[in-house]
Amino acid sequence: MTDAAVMPRRTSWQRVRGGKMLPVLSVLCAIVVIWYAAAVWMNATWTLDQAARAGTEPTFAEIVADTMVQKRPLLPAPHQVAATLWDQTIEQKVTSKRSLVFHGWITLQATILGFVTGAVLGVAVAVGIVHSRTMDLSVMPWAVISQTIPIVALAPMIIVLSNAVGIDGRTVPKTIISAYLSYFPVLVSMVKGLRSPGAAQRDLLKTYNASGMQTFFKLRLPASLPYFFAAMKVAVAASLIGAIVGELPTGAIQGLGARMLIGSQFGEPLIMWAALFAAAILAGVLVIAVGLLERLALRLMGQPGQGGAR
Amino acid sequence: MIWVAAGVLIWLGAWALNVRIAHSALAGTRAGRMAIPLIFGLSVLILWEALVFGFGVSAVILPAPSAIGATIAGALPVLWGDFVQTFVKGALSGYVMGCAAAVIVAVLIDRSPFLQKGLLPIGNFVSALPIIGIAPILVMWFGFDWQSKAAVVVVMVFFPVLVNTVAGLAATEGMQRDLMKTYAAGYWQTLAKLRLPAALPFIFNGLKISTTLALIGAIVAEFFGSPTRGMGFRISTEVGRLGLDMVWAEIAVAALAGSAFYGVVTLAEKALTFWHPSQRQH
Repeated sequence: MTDAAVMPRRTSWQRVRGGKMLPVLSVLCAIVVIWYAAAVWMNATWTLDQAARAGTEPTFAEIVADTMVQKRPLLPAPHQVAATLWDQTIEQKVTSKRSLVFHGWITLQATILGFVTGAVLGVAVAVGIVHSRTMDLSVMPWAVISQTIPIVALAPMIIVLSNAVGIDGRTVPKTIISAYLSYFPVLVSMVKGLRSPGAAQRDLLKTYNASGMQTFFKLRLPASLPYFFAAMKVAVAASLIGAIVGELPTGAIQGLGARMLIGSQFGEPLIMWAALFAAAILAGVLVIAVGLLERLALRLMGQPGQGGAR
Repeated sequence: MIWVAAGVLIWLGAWALNVRIAHSALAGTRAGRMAIPLIFGLSVLILWEALVFGFGVSAVILPAPSAIGATIAGALPVLWGDFVQTFVKGALSGYVMGCAAAVIVAVLIDRSPFLQKGLLPIGNFVSALPIIGIAPILVMWFGFDWQSKAAVVVVMVFFPVLVNTVAGLAATEGMQRDLMKTYAAGYWQTLAKLRLPAALPFIFNGLKISTTLALIGAIVAEFFGSPTRGMGFRISTEVGRLGLDMVWAEIAVAALAGSAFYGVVTLAEKALTFWHPSQRQH
């Protein structure tokens, strides 16, 4: 983009201003400021209540100071959440029941299992749909309808069902929910991707006397990769949501979703917020990991870094 | 066993019928395209019924479609009450508020490239987060009734719609904007006559994604506390009592409501963006 002859060399400050760093950071700062303000505003009621009971009249500075350190705040201040997060990850042993690393690992297992199951299922159905007109016409509409069903409505039942069938633990039901949520984006993108080679390319392979199998592996599959990875990013996020939702209905004691539920039931907002942020961090890590995988795969295939399907 | 065999046979027969239709001239017509998924769905239901009946599956594990149908017919008032509580009060009101807020914010930050650059990556990131996790927090803030459910829905639908609207507002071409300039159109005129209509396909994309999210948010929020009605409440209590036919009845209602909701938004999209290439048939 930058034409050296026309544009003078940009200083590093200009690069920062022109890039995304500065706007993103300032918006983040604004969010933190608003958060602190909201924490004071929402927690002040409790402070005033306590003061009225004690018969004292706190000054504004005292109110602010108190809203920052409450044990069960309506809205914890950012540093409280950060402290809890630190305490429950770094300070605890990884195997401890109080460690978010432990709970995150439980959730991650179900997420990955569900993600892989969903991706395999999505690709398999997509291959079927691309090759069979009957399947395209009969299964595709139901795949679309299946996504308008709120899967979480099924979550408690899937858990009871798998228990009734004799499967212990929660990994299997969580995996099913994750897979259900993640297969659809993969399916839709793969159908698009497998159909993306143009008539000229298919004709070329025909002139090579390529069989259906060869066309599939040498043309359709490679052509679908950019679409595949675009879907993967959506699917991995959806899969994490599935795993967490699978932990929400009563009974779970392990996993980030269960942590949120415990925090909610025992009135410990800090636990809830820490689990929420742990889940957010996990989601970020997963999406970034898929992005790296995409770059690696596309580079190995000799394609430029940015995929075609955005 | 004979029931199982009959079920499988009927399913295979229906599949063969679908193959015939799909490869005949009928597949090009509207009726053919409607009939094939219908036949497929019906044959799956028959297979399900036959398997449950043939293997004698306990109703506690998997009720037959006929039993679910009977429950739906018998519990219509209850289902209607749950539907109103969860869908109309929780999901729909939250959906309208969240989508309206997102579009308004998108228009507001439209004039500031700085804010857009800052908000877009964050918005994109937040839409990938398991936002559903804030449900317990919002239930704590807004109480057990529908207000907390609507609040969850607002947060869930906000970011997808925001990101799509911002992308849509950037979708006009320089030529089109220049034309508006030659008409001496002001900022708001350009917005109302050119950029918002041009953004509609993107906005509807966000609106369609959000229909499912709205229902999910409203139902999951009920797992964290609700009055003694609502689809999420009914599902979690009936699962506890092993009343799986009622659970399936609620799921059928949820599926119907979700599909209808999506369908209505799609119809609105067709009516409003008839000019867009993706909507034109030929």
